[in-house]
Amino acid sequence: MIGLLASLLDGILVGAVYGLAAMGITLIWGVMDVINLTHGAMIVAGMFGVYLLSGSLGIPVYATLPIVLVGGFVVGIGLYWLAVHRVVGQPPLMSLLSTFSVNLVLIGLGTAAWGTALFNVQVSLPGLSLGRYTFPGTHLMAAALTGVIGGVLYLFLYRTRTGKAVRAVSGNREAAELVGIPTRRVLALSFGLGVALACVSGMLIATLFPFTVLSGDAYQLKSFVVTVLGGLGNPAGALAAGIALGLLEGLATPFMPVSWTLVIEFVVFVVVLVAFPGGVLGLRRARSH
Amino acid sequence: MRLVRRPFFWIIAAVIATFALAPTYGNNVELREGLLLATVYIILASNLNMMLGYAGYVNFGGIVFFGLGGYFCVWLMSAFGWPLVAATLTGGVAVSALALLFGLGILRLRGAYFALATVGVNEAVMAFVTNFGPWGGSTGIYLSPALFGPLGGPAKALWTIYYLLVGVMGLSLYLSYTVKSSKFGLGLLAIGQNEDAASVLGVPTPRYKAAVYSLSAFLPAIAGGLYFFKGAFIQPPDAFDLQLSTETIVIAMLGGQGTVTGPALGAYLYEELRGWLLTSPTFSNFQLVIAGGLLLVIVLFAPGGLMGLIYRRWPRLRRILE
Repeated sequence: MIGLLASLLDGILVGAVYGLAAMGITLIWGVMDVINLTHGAMIVAGMFGVYLLSGSLGIPVYATLPIVLVGGFVVGIGLYWLAVHRVVGQPPLMSLLSTFSVNLVLIGLGTAAWGTALFNVQVSLPGLSLGRYTFPGTHLMAAALTGVIGGVLYLFLYRTRTGKAVRAVSGNREAAELVGIPTRRVLALSFGLGVALACVSGMLIATLFPFTVLSGDAYQLKSFVVTVLGGLGNPAGALAAGIALGLLEGLATPFMPVSWTLVIEFVVFVVVLVAFPGGVLGLRRARSH
Repeated sequence: MRLVRRPFFWIIAAVIATFALAPTYGNNVELREGLLLATVYIILASNLNMMLGYAGYVNFGGIVFFGLGGYFCVWLMSAFGWPLVAATLTGGVAVSALALLFGLGILRLRGAYFALATVGVNEAVMAFVTNFGPWGGSTGIYLSPALFGPLGGPAKALWTIYYLLVGVMGLSLYLSYTVKSSKFGLGLLAIGQNEDAASVLGVPTPRYKAAVYSLSAFLPAIAGGLYFFKGAFIQPPDAFDLQLSTETIVIAMLGGQGTVTGPALGAYLYEELRGWLLTSPTFSNFQLVIAGGLLLVIVLFAPGGLMGLIYRRWPRLRRILE
């Protein structure tokens, strides 16, 4: 019994990080109606960011977080101007394909550089004991940092002028433009933020599990599951849904082989998409395209 | 048979004849293997194009039909000793029926939601097959070489498979063409332009979408059966390879989505490009990078693909090509 409880609590910790990753997708979707298929590649970029910074330059693992965050933000703004700006407002096919093609290029370069070998980041943090079970310190730290980042994101979106501009553009781009908000800059900024969140979540995931260049796909799909559960365009919903997915994984792990959890997640994904196109926790109505 | 009188009908026939005869002349096995890959690309891209180009629905997981078709065929042959043609046809019908079932669910979604769900379907099916005992789980199924016996031994069987694939390729092109010039195809094109408007004007959109999703599964499933029989081996990562799915989208976009000629042209050129990249010492590791870069350039600067450029340069060709 205590084993199941521990597994559930651990699921919550890991799920929070999934929620962080999904926030990146959902922010971009909400603001510009673009599904960012470079998300997986950016998660991997965060993973290799922390691997290289801590491994080669000897920077403490958690001190790389601001570097990864800022780096992701800059890369995201670059990506926006390179691949996204021209397709914002066009049919979804175009933005899906343009971000997807960037993803192909990045994964191709990554595979050429590192192959598909398994990497991991060494962290030594004391765990927290609860009876016979010990929660890994890395899991606690990742969940705590996710809470901090989520809080900062909330303060930014609801308490700052720029954040309000982001929400205004998300609500109605034309109206925002009419009241003098520089929408193009807001779009670029939001894309940069979304990518930065993806990179940071990748950095945190790298401290939890081993990874390869191709790991991004699995986490990107998890992010989609979380995003549709939480409602596209809803960051708070994403965090809650991430925790729900983590709970589901925690619940499933003691009873079935790990390879089946993926099947369950995708069945949940498709069923939720079909039954609740606005997201289970979503407050927004789904858009038709 | 109004179509027979159109020049395009005979252009397709000429393409099929060229594919069938070119390697036969001089027994050129190397050329045959290259063209075999091109036929698979053409089959996948033409069928994907009916979803992507006509109805405007992005299917990232089209490869699931190819893989499932391969599994059905290989399983029926190895476990029950079915002959090749019966096994592939049964596979095609079974996969079409499954596609109808999936389609009823996920076709209620539109745009990006649908695109994400297709990835989900492919991954879920792959995860299921990886854990499915009768289909060999993650190790897959091997075919015994004895199964090549009824086709006159391995060497002769490879030729037979090639001719069958060329036939399926021809059927794919004729299917694309027939659908495009039918009332059904016009309905699909209307859905691609504006689904709500099409529905208001009396296009039975749910039925048409389900039909095209199921139809676009049939020939890829048969091609999958033939392809994996040829390799005498099937396992989940090869059968449900998202990279091949991706390449199919690149191909359709490269040639020109929504046209019949485009995907075929794109497939042939992509196969040539790929062959050149694989043998080039500098670029052999960068196949994905180049495919991605190519796709990005097309999406941003030439969304009509090669056919779009050709039509702009020679508008008269619109009357001959489809």
